[in-house]
Amino acid sequence: MLTALAIFTDGLVYAAYLFVVAIGLTLIFGVMKILNVTHGSFYAFGAYGAATAVGIYFDKGWPVAGGFLLMVLTAMLIGLVIGIVLERGILRFVYGKDEVVIVLVTYAVFLILEDVLILVWGTNSYSAYQPLAAAGNFEVGALVLSGYDMGLIALAATLAAASHWALKYTRYGRLLTVVIFDQETAAAFGINVTVVFTLTFVLGAMLGALGGAVMAPKISVTLGIGVEVIVLAFAVVVTGGLGSIEGALLGAFIVGLCRAAAVHLVPQLELFVVYGVMALVLVFRPYGLFTQVQPRKI
Amino acid sequence: MVSRIWTGAAALVLASTLPALAQQPAQQAQPIKIGIVTFLTGPAAAPFGIPGRNAAETLIEALNAGKAPAPYNQVGIGGAKIEAKYVDEAGSTANVVTEFRNLVQRDKVDVVLGYVSSGSCLAVTPVAEELQQLTVLDVCGTPRIFEEKPRKYVFRVNPHATMDNVAAAKYVMEKRKDVSVYSGINQNYAWGQDSWRDFNLTMKTLAPKATTDKVLFPKLFAGEFGAEISALLTSNSQIIHSSFFDGDLEAFIYQSAARGLPQRIPLVLTTGETSLYRAGSKMTDGTIIGARGPHTLLAHDSPLNTWFQQIYTERYSQPAIYPAYHMAQSLFGLKMAWEKAQTKKGGARPTIDEVIAAFEGLEFPTPSTTVRLTLGKGHQGATDTAYGTFRWNKSEGKPELTDIVRYPAECVNPPPDMDSVAWLEAGMKGAKCN
Repeated sequence: MLTALAIFTDGLVYAAYLFVVAIGLTLIFGVMKILNVTHGSFYAFGAYGAATAVGIYFDKGWPVAGGFLLMVLTAMLIGLVIGIVLERGILRFVYGKDEVVIVLVTYAVFLILEDVLILVWGTNSYSAYQPLAAAGNFEVGALVLSGYDMGLIALAATLAAASHWALKYTRYGRLLTVVIFDQETAAAFGINVTVVFTLTFVLGAMLGALGGAVMAPKISVTLGIGVEVIVLAFAVVVTGGLGSIEGALLGAFIVGLCRAAAVHLVPQLELFVVYGVMALVLVFRPYGLFTQVQPRKI
Repeated sequence: MVSRIWTGAAALVLASTLPALAQQPAQQAQPIKIGIVTFLTGPAAAPFGIPGRNAAETLIEALNAGKAPAPYNQVGIGGAKIEAKYVDEAGSTANVVTEFRNLVQRDKVDVVLGYVSSGSCLAVTPVAEELQQLTVLDVCGTPRIFEEKPRKYVFRVNPHATMDNVAAAKYVMEKRKDVSVYSGINQNYAWGQDSWRDFNLTMKTLAPKATTDKVLFPKLFAGEFGAEISALLTSNSQIIHSSFFDGDLEAFIYQSAARGLPQRIPLVLTTGETSLYRAGSKMTDGTIIGARGPHTLLAHDSPLNTWFQQIYTERYSQPAIYPAYHMAQSLFGLKMAWEKAQTKKGGARPTIDEVIAAFEGLEFPTPSTTVRLTLGKGHQGATDTAYGTFRWNKSEGKPELTDIVRYPAECVNPPPDMDSVAWLEAGMKGAKCN
């Protein structure tokens, strides 16, 4: 029973982590059809920014709650700035080019941003452990759960609910849905696709940076964290269906639970399970779990 | 006429001798090119690669200026200045091999020195043999390098993982005699697997009735260990062994402390010393710490150690940790071997084969201890080592290691003619611990 509880909670925590880092990636692909490798950089910049801000804030001895808020705001601001600069400065010049070209452009930007990280923060690693420690822990039988992890689950659930509500019940969400379905038709109906693209990319960048910021207290913020995350995020997004937020949520949930079960029951499979699940899903649903039927264009 | 003949003859002799005389100092003055490979980017850069590179920069500057204490007070190496080229170890194994070939074939370095990852060391060793390139491996710890087959061109002065894990198990059994169940969490590649194997085999000898509970091998650089921590929390373990290094080690320290794991079950961190200063008070008191040798807080007092810590700390405003010590040991070993070969050759620049002959079985002092190349047919170093228990000194705001126990090299390393696994499986026969 305790093992089942541990698998469930660990699975949820891991799923929350995966969803938070993957939602921005799938949003950008869904709207812009860009497989954005730079997403790993958004995550890394968010983590570095949050670690720096949290470090300074807690050194001053200010109230703990403000530290959480600062962490989120710093990441959003970093995502906003990088998102606008990249979309307006680089990506808009390659819209309409072959998808492979755009992937290579985002990969090149990713490599450049890795060096920018070194220029700004150097090669040292950073920690932002204070929010993790401040959130405390509680016992469930022999299991000790972290309050911060529970907060991460709540954040992922909030993001999922907010994105569902925004897409279904807001004007911008409905515009996005139209652009996702067909950009040319959307433009023909007077939707400013360029503005939608810019807003979407910036929002995706902010979500990527938010993912890094909320993970910063749990990890050692060090060079290379963006590389590790982007691989995992791709696996989750592909499992759920590229461009589908519901797919990313379900993909993260399945992968999270399977990985937790593997660690507890068959640890030898841990390394394989994330990609095993992805391969299994793609065998039966080559476009992922939630990909919508594509209309054939003539 | 006679005087003219003599003058002419003297001029001829002088003219024929001058190039030779000029050539000898010129040859000696020719710099020694060393390709230094370590992680300059990526998750292992901050705790391993950068301290290693910092140590190399500091020491090479001091050696070239002839400012190192005896016996390393000769300028550079044998009077020749050291010229270092730093290469990033980050990237795929194929990339590491490509960069190794570039150093040898394009940059024509005299020596390649470095490598943190055991995967990198396993990959470049056969290439070094193929290219007949003198290579001094640095931090990587897998014992397989010299146990799979004898090597001619490859050396490693720093001890391998067997020493770390034998000493860890001995320390555990000395301090916690009641351990009957233990677990391990190690990274899923050569270093992690070898470390766990050696620790587990030693425990089987020291505590034959003890059993393992959770044996976990998460992916290298996984970063998130929630499920592993739950599995360990719900286990019956009395201690948890880990050879985690780099960002994974620090992430595990933060995440496990937040969930009360090390407070409930003490951790044995064989590379824990790399995180002592960065994790600081976030590390839990009672954690057992190793430094892959008697380094930093575990180091023996010596003028060389005082000098090394002083020049390093003055330059980088933080103490040298064990990857810096490993780099120092590698550089001092190379210098000692080269100069020994040069002396034997009457001061002329030695060939690589002559350096190799001088290197084999070498014994030399380093800042923290004495290195003896007694293993791997004289190519693999062995030293004494030490373990201690972590305590955060709140009043001074710095880490301390208490209950330090030292282990002689002959106690925690296999004998020269035996592989690590065979020695451990045979119950560590011949170990001299007193």
